[in-house]
Amino acid sequence: MTHELPGRVVVLAGGLSHERDVSLRSGRRVAEALRGVGVETEERDVDADLVPALLKDRPDCVFPLLHGETGEDGALREVLRLLDIPYVGSGPTASRVAFDKPVAKAVAHRAGLLTPPSVTLPHATFREIGAAVMMDALLARLGVPLVVKPTRGGSALGCSVVRRPDDLPGAMVGCFSYGPVALVEQFVTGTEVAVPVVDTGSGPRALPPVEIRPDGGVYDYAARYTAGSTEFVVPAKLDDEVAAACARAAVTAHEALGLRDISRSDLIVDEDGQVWFLEVNVAPGMTETSLVPLSVQAAGLDLGELCAELLAVAKT
Amino acid sequence: MDPDRESSLEHRGAGDATPQPPPRAGDRPAAVPPRPSSGGTAGRPPAARVPRETRLDSYVDRYATRTHGMAASEIRALFSVASRPEVVSLAGGMPNISGLPLDVVGDLVHTLVLGHGGHAMQYSSGQGEPRLREQICEVMRLEGVEAHPDDVVVTVGSQQAVDLVTRLFCDPGDVVLCEAPSYVGALGVFRAYECEVVHVEMDDDGLRPDALRQALQAIADAGRRAKFLYTIPNYHNPAGVSLSTPRRAEVLEICREADLLVLEDNPYGLLGFTDEPFRALRADDPERVLYLGSFSKTFAPGLRVGWAVAPHAVREKLVLAQESATLCPPTFSQAVVSAYLAGHDWRGQIKAFREMYRERRDAMLESLEDLMPPGTTWTVPQGGFYVWLTLPEGLDAKAMLPRAVTERVAFVPGTAFYADGFGSQCMRLSYCHPTPERIREGVRRLAAVIEQEMQLRETFGAGRASLPTYDTPNPDLT
Repeated sequence: MTHELPGRVVVLAGGLSHERDVSLRSGRRVAEALRGVGVETEERDVDADLVPALLKDRPDCVFPLLHGETGEDGALREVLRLLDIPYVGSGPTASRVAFDKPVAKAVAHRAGLLTPPSVTLPHATFREIGAAVMMDALLARLGVPLVVKPTRGGSALGCSVVRRPDDLPGAMVGCFSYGPVALVEQFVTGTEVAVPVVDTGSGPRALPPVEIRPDGGVYDYAARYTAGSTEFVVPAKLDDEVAAACARAAVTAHEALGLRDISRSDLIVDEDGQVWFLEVNVAPGMTETSLVPLSVQAAGLDLGELCAELLAVAKT
Repeated sequence: MDPDRESSLEHRGAGDATPQPPPRAGDRPAAVPPRPSSGGTAGRPPAARVPRETRLDSYVDRYATRTHGMAASEIRALFSVASRPEVVSLAGGMPNISGLPLDVVGDLVHTLVLGHGGHAMQYSSGQGEPRLREQICEVMRLEGVEAHPDDVVVTVGSQQAVDLVTRLFCDPGDVVLCEAPSYVGALGVFRAYECEVVHVEMDDDGLRPDALRQALQAIADAGRRAKFLYTIPNYHNPAGVSLSTPRRAEVLEICREADLLVLEDNPYGLLGFTDEPFRALRADDPERVLYLGSFSKTFAPGLRVGWAVAPHAVREKLVLAQESATLCPPTFSQAVVSAYLAGHDWRGQIKAFREMYRERRDAMLESLEDLMPPGTTWTVPQGGFYVWLTLPEGLDAKAMLPRAVTERVAFVPGTAFYADGFGSQCMRLSYCHPTPERIREGVRRLAAVIEQEMQLRETFGAGRASLPTYDTPNPDLT
């Protein structure tokens, strides 16, 4: 270990978002990994008892592993800041920006990254202006295939790939069941790659890219969390130059969005070797089937040690 | 640059990062971003260079074919939120045992362990404890069943009885008749044994005899034969209705004509809100009806004690199947149930449960009446735990579930109770667990969710959301 062991750590997982189940699994895995390297770790849900408990029994550091709303939209991080408790990961403002996919795309675009053409629209607009004309306009601008996803949220919940124009209304309905605003994005065909970025004190660096090959062709909820239903290749089978471009894109997104400690960028490498930025996660999944632990392992690192190092540099 | 470290936090807030017109295809970044500083974890081995393919499950090519539908599901994941106290769960079918006299049970267990611990903690008969089987006969007498203790096989909840019976009777591809909708846990068993489920319509009086005749005819026309009719005649899960008395005779007559075995699953029979329990189907045709009972709703589900009453030949096979599955049903649980039945006013306790459930049923029906938008209909249960609600035309209950979870209310989408993907316009609401106040609050939230969903459908037409249709049974759904 290159850093001192952090003292008492609280891993926050669960919460009330649609990704509660995933979060609990991420929390369990990280807590186990930390205990494995001798860190005193307690797992906690986020509920009305949290703040009194943190105040009464102040941990030295918090590792937030809440996915979805409160955990990734900056709210919980704002609370931890208010309480002056150090935590792993991005600050509230950066999280807020990163969690909103269209905003994150805009920032990444400004930083020089390619990101698929997209349109962001709330349900209210379809209602006021008329869904049929709006959907025609969307199809005229973006064509098919396209991807419809809620602007905020993860685990592909509410996401659909639309391959025929007739499937667009159903995809919109499915998306708006998860949130009020939809990101409709051109579907870029290519290799799906996730690149974690970690910063244990000497600047952000990309870990090996993970290539995702879901059996059904779409990396949806079932493909993500059913062990065996997706093939992963680590490091991704990419030319050195393309792999380096993926790493640069992830670090660029991390820096441009002002992220801290750990993030995971989801990218597509198209047939020409161009790297497209899709989105970034400030609380990437750490479950048994998640991408970051695969990459950590491929980097020759131990998940527990890496998490302990992140805790050692955690800030308020 | 960390925006949360800047002097002005708003400098790079979301308001500043107005989404830009999307880059058109062919756009390229102005410049290749600079290579990041080469920081990192000191003293680490270099990253692996050889790509490694992994599926994170080294057994993936070895599972039986019948497991291929078993996948992680969004719906199951959403139920993990439903367990939080902030959410009013109208989804769970867990009996409300808060009224159980735990001090009494504690004393019984204490006496049991000190007096008969050596026996209670040992293996025992595969058929179940003789004393308990006698007591089970006494319980069934309340519903008109005259059975001998030899006819009773104790099982690990009546769920295991469904499993054992299906194991005995069904080869892959065999036809099983079920009500439409039917109990999700039974459908899971039929799926596991690769049965083909044929659903038979119900109405407010339960299973429709004409639909049963029709289904049998269609099966015969296809040159096939159903193995049995699986039915929940009393306070149906999930439909909430009961088979009317006149129809009981008619259904039995049809089954006699077709020489069809009946699997009567009756976990809620003693939890009716009227004075007299329904007479069991088994009471009128002991040779044709295989009866399943349970202490899960009348005493405690955690003990996992249920039973099957079967014609002699079937019972012999059930015992053999039970022995191969578990050696014996849990001796200790049986001893606890037996001591409870012998030493406590269990009839009085069931009466108290019924009153408690009736109050909750009333709260649900009243608030549905007050709050549901026009076009919504529901069944009126006279016992049990459930109301079956049908949404206005064009709505899909499963697609609504994420929104419901956001609004902190949960239900079970209707498709869970069909083997064939039907039921999307329906949902099961359970009133067994929350207090009447929480039920009213839950229905209020649900009404708001339905209103929002109606708006959404109005905007986009009846486009079906593309959510997975596979629902695995979950203990919380029973």
